[in-house]
Order: sequence, then C-alpha cells, then structure tokens
Amino acid sequence: MSLRHRGHRAAGASGGRASVVVRTRWASGRIDVRLGAVSGALGVLAVVVAVLALGVGDYPLAPARVLGALAGSGTGFERTVVVEWRLPVALAAVAFGALLGLGGAVFQSLTRNPLGSPDVIGFDAGAYTAVVVTVLVVGSTGYWATAAAALAGGLATAGVVYLLAHRGGLAGFRLVVVGIGVSAVLGSVNGYLVTRADVEDALTVGFWGAGSLSRLTWASVLPALALAACVALACAALVPAMRRLELGDDVAVALGTRVGRARLGLLVVGVASTALVTAAAGPIGFVALAAPQVARRLTRSPGVSPLSAAATGAALLSCAHLASLGTAQVFRPVPVGLITVCLGGTYMIALLVRETHRRGGALW
Amino acid sequence: MGGGRARRPRERGGHVLRRRRAGVAVALAALALAVLLSLAVGANPLPLGRVWEVLTHPDGSEASAVVWTERWPRTLVGVAAGAAFGVAGALVQALTRNPLADPGILGVNAGAGLAVTVGVALLGSATTGQYVWFAFAGAAAATVLVHLVGAGGRAAASPVTLVLAGVALGAVLGGVATFLTLIDPEVFRAVRSWGLGSVARTGVTDLVAVAPFLLAGLLVALALTGSLNALALGEESATSLGARVGLTRVLVVVAVTLLAGGGTALTGGLSFVGLMVPHVVRWSTGPDQRWVVAGSALAAPVLVLLADVLGRVVARPGEVQVGVLTAVVGAPVLIALARRRTASAL
Repeated sequence: MSLRHRGHRAAGASGGRASVVVRTRWASGRIDVRLGAVSGALGVLAVVVAVLALGVGDYPLAPARVLGALAGSGTGFERTVVVEWRLPVALAAVAFGALLGLGGAVFQSLTRNPLGSPDVIGFDAGAYTAVVVTVLVVGSTGYWATAAAALAGGLATAGVVYLLAHRGGLAGFRLVVVGIGVSAVLGSVNGYLVTRADVEDALTVGFWGAGSLSRLTWASVLPALALAACVALACAALVPAMRRLELGDDVAVALGTRVGRARLGLLVVGVASTALVTAAAGPIGFVALAAPQVARRLTRSPGVSPLSAAATGAALLSCAHLASLGTAQVFRPVPVGLITVCLGGTYMIALLVRETHRRGGALW
Repeated sequence: MGGGRARRPRERGGHVLRRRRAGVAVALAALALAVLLSLAVGANPLPLGRVWEVLTHPDGSEASAVVWTERWPRTLVGVAAGAAFGVAGALVQALTRNPLADPGILGVNAGAGLAVTVGVALLGSATTGQYVWFAFAGAAAATVLVHLVGAGGRAAASPVTLVLAGVALGAVLGGVATFLTLIDPEVFRAVRSWGLGSVARTGVTDLVAVAPFLLAGLLVALALTGSLNALALGEESATSLGARVGLTRVLVVVAVTLLAGGGTALTGGLSFVGLMVPHVVRWSTGPDQRWVVAGSALAAPVLVLLADVLGRVVARPGEVQVGVLTAVVGAPVLIALARRRTASAL
C-alpha cells in the first residue's frame, strides 16, 4: 500500500533541513488562511443545520420560533420541546461529528493511511461486540451498562490491535490490516450472537449497532460534551508532535520529538474521541473515515488537519441528523449511522472514480 | 548423461516438481479425509466404517438418510464453494498483485447480502432457490463495480484504490441492507443468518443450478494461469512476452465474478478463504500461478469442510455457521501475514 503523505512534505523533508523549515512555514502560512476559512464555514454550516434540525419533528417549528425558544421567549411547551428534547440531540450531532472527524484525522495521520480510521480498524466492532454480549448474554439494556460496555470493548479492541500491530514500531499498513482482521472476527462473532438471540433483542441491538442519536438526553450528552472538551484540548496539545511524526520517525527524533510517547498519546486521544461517540450513540460509521479526506480536498492541503476534519465531521453529522429527522417525517425513522454510511461511502466511491480517471489510477 | 553444468538446474527443477507433486498428494488425501469427516460428524455421529457402508450400499436406515439427505449435500456445497472462493482469491491476488485481496474484503459478500435482502423484501419469504439468483446477481454486480471503480483510469488499479473501493462499496451496500432489515422485522428474521455464511441451507438443486457457473469460472481461471505468470513480471514484460494484458484482466474479472458470485450464492459470504488458502499453497508451490490456482482449488474445500465440521462439534446441540469459523481462523492468518516484514513492502 502506498502512503498518503508521499507528496510535497516527504519531498521537502528529504532536502536540507533549514529549507524545509522555511518552506514549510511559508507554505503552511498560506494554507492556514484557506484552512481557517473552510473550517469556519463548515462550522457555521454545522450550527445552522443544527438549528434547522431543532424545528423538525412531530411538533414542527419555524426557525424563528426555534430561535425564540432558545432565547427564552415562546410558550413553555415550545421551550420544553426545543431545549429539553431536541437541543441535546442537535448538540450531540455537532459535537460527535467533530469528535469523529478528530479521531479520524489523528488515526489517519498516525497510520499514514487514508484507511486507518477507527471504524475501519475495529474499534467500532469491538464496542459493538461488548454491547451485544451485554444485552444478549447478561440481559442488561440500561444506558450506563451499554455505555460502559461500549467503552470497555472499544478500548480492549484498540489494545489488542495495537499489540498485534506493534512489532519494532507501529507501521501504518500493519495497523490497518490487523484492524481489518480483528474487525472481521468481531463482526462474525456479533453476527453469530445475533442469530442465536430472539428477534426482539436482536432488533434492539441492531438499532444501536446502526448508530442512532435519537435516545440521547441532557443526562447522557452533558458528560459526553465535558469529556469531548478534554479530548479536544489534549489533541490541540499533541498537534505539533503529530506534524513532526508525519515527517517520518527519523526527522521527528531529530526535531526533538519523543516518538513513542507522542504516538501513544495520539492513540489514546484517537480512541477516546471515537469511544465517547460510540458509547453514547452506537457506532456511527464513515464520518471518521471520510471527514479528514473531505477536509483535505476542501482545504487543498497535502495532509490531514484535525481542525478542518473536526469541522467537516460536525457538518457531516449535522446534515445526516437533519436527513434522519426528515426521513422520519416522510417515511420511517432511519438511524443516523446508516445515513452517514450511505452518504460517506457514496462520496468516497465518487471520489475514487473521479481521481482514478483524472490521474490514471494512482491515487495515494 | 549431461555434464555437471547441465545437471544442477535440472536437479533443482526436479526437487521443486517433487515437492509440488507431494503437495498435491497431501492436498488430495486431506480432501478425502475432510469429506469423510464431514459425512461422519454431526448431531448423530457415525463411525467411518458405517459411513462407508451406507455410501456404498444405501439402505432405508436412519444412518443412510442422514448421510445421503443431510450431510452429502452440505459436503458437496462446501467443496464447491470452497474451491470457488479459493481460486477467486488466488486470481484476485495475482491480478492486483495485492497479497491481501479477497472477494470478501472487496465488498462482493456485501453485494450478495444486499441483493438477497432486497429479494426477500420484494418477494416476501423466498425459497433458497430464489435467494441463489439474487445473491449471484448481487455478487456479480459488486465485483464489476469494485473493478470499475478501482480500475476506472487508464492505468491499473493500485492495491490501495481497490481495497478502498471495496471497503467503501461494502459499507454502503451493508448500510442499505441494514436499513431494509431494520424497517421490516420479517425481512430481518429471514436474512439475519444469511450474511454469516453457512453450508447447511443449500440443497442439491441449488448446487446443480450454480455448478455450471463455477465450472466455467474454474476453466477460465486455469486457462489464464499462463498469462498471469507473465503479468507477474510486470505489464511491459508481459506485453513483450506476448501476453494480452487487457484481455487477461477482463477475463480474470469474469472468472472472479463467476466464482465469487456462485460461491456467495451457495453459502453466503465466506470471507478469508480466498485470502488464506492461496498463501498457504504458495508456501509449498512457489509463485507459479498454474500450481497456485490448482492447489487452491484442492486446498480451499479442505478448509471449508474442516471449519464446518468444527462448527458442528463446538456448539452442540446447535452449530456455528462455517463463515464465523473461517473468519475466526482466517483473521489470525491475515494478521500473521501483515506482521511479516515482507508483506508491508507489497
């Protein structure tokens, strides 16, 4: 498998060191304007869509009345609907989308591979297995039991994948392949457990497994938001080390980075951001995989950037949430995770078709 | 009697040939043993002698009924699907020069799964015979689509592009199928076991219906092995050796569609069979595609049958679907391959 960052960075890094720094500063200075503008626009889009989503439901409200209810005017019932029922879900859509984009960017940078996102390398599958076992075998369906199981399952899978892929260093290619393997085993075990269960239990697990925001309340969203802020801060602190790691281990060491420690920190941040979302909403596929790549193309930057990936993720999940509410109005409720999978996957395929045609096959 | 200079290469060639012949003999013996085990082991275990007795002289006894109506069909299905997935995997790996290619990883199973789900949703509770055709169409469509996406450009599909196309396509198809099952509990009930891969569902009539496609795929595969050997040297060398690169690619896709589509139609997706077996075969035969393809056709059914037998034993009185076990056995092989230093170079 070829690596994604083979382009300008690697070429620059192989030159003299002083010129790399100068050139990188100059280039990143120019890219930053576009990156900031695109990220800001996507963030605004996410918020606007989230406000629109506050008006959609069995009790429809015009945007003006939604804003009124948020500002404190409007009837008591409108306030209850908007602030108590819909706001936590809409906020979760924005925050969880950002977390997924962040996790995807961290993992794709860490593995230096566009496939290296948490949903591809098995964390979602591990969380799902733990929940399936908890619901079907232990018989517990409470929120905290599910969330704890998902977190434990995701982290345990991350540990197993990390250990199996670690062999005198953590090559990105190995991590992805080990993740696909572990995910395949867990996927079949899940499938087996579901076929053994009765249909009611299996359907319950199926809905969770598809990724749904609809059951979220303030009680579950607030702790998740607080943790999300911690993850975002930790990620911001780690971004410089992440940039240096992308230049290759030798360069990173030469620039004074503690490679092992930085990598472990990034791994923990990546797992935590995904596990938070999975624990609260189930595995929401493809946002972590697609957001950094979409952001990379919108910002025309050579590598993935956590900021623009988070903004893209927020916009994607917000839109998916609105679409999910829309289908519930005209047809039936569709878990938001299925919408992200279909949209994100279709986008990836369109991208592959376009780029293979343009470049004649060589993609990354 | 040649001189010393001529004898050494010939001796080395003889050594490889002996090893290959021994490998084929071992594979054949293992296949025979696996077939016997598949006939003998189950909820109603029979000694091998008794199996042989009712096989050669069918009578009205219960043992005869068990062997002829239950275990014989699933054994045949296991052999056919195993050979199909093994050869399909060998072909895909040779074509993409990607050591991790497998029809399951490339989204073919998901295509078949979605087609079956659509079929059940449209027709209500369909019979297995009807599933087969939906699965076949879905697998074929997914194979062609992945290839079109991965190889849309003028140049060859790079391994990453192909795997990425497979993962994306598999996710979308799986998402749509999940959507269909979640909105209709009846469909959910009907198809939830399908995606796992099992040899217990399919009857002899379905096998007969799919067999011509599998045979055609096998024949095309065997006919292509020489061109694939040339392709292994690189496109330009292959062209200068007289291989028709474009035609070979198209025919390989046709063969993979026939084999993976037919195999998936019979059993549902058996992932990792097409990944593992060609690797194991290459350890004893070397990279010659003629031997890799033939060896995979013999060795893959052994794996499928043994996994099926194991599945009947470990969860008595129920059974674990063969697809679950091939994934559980296959993933460690994938991981071991990824851990070898040379694999990451490909």
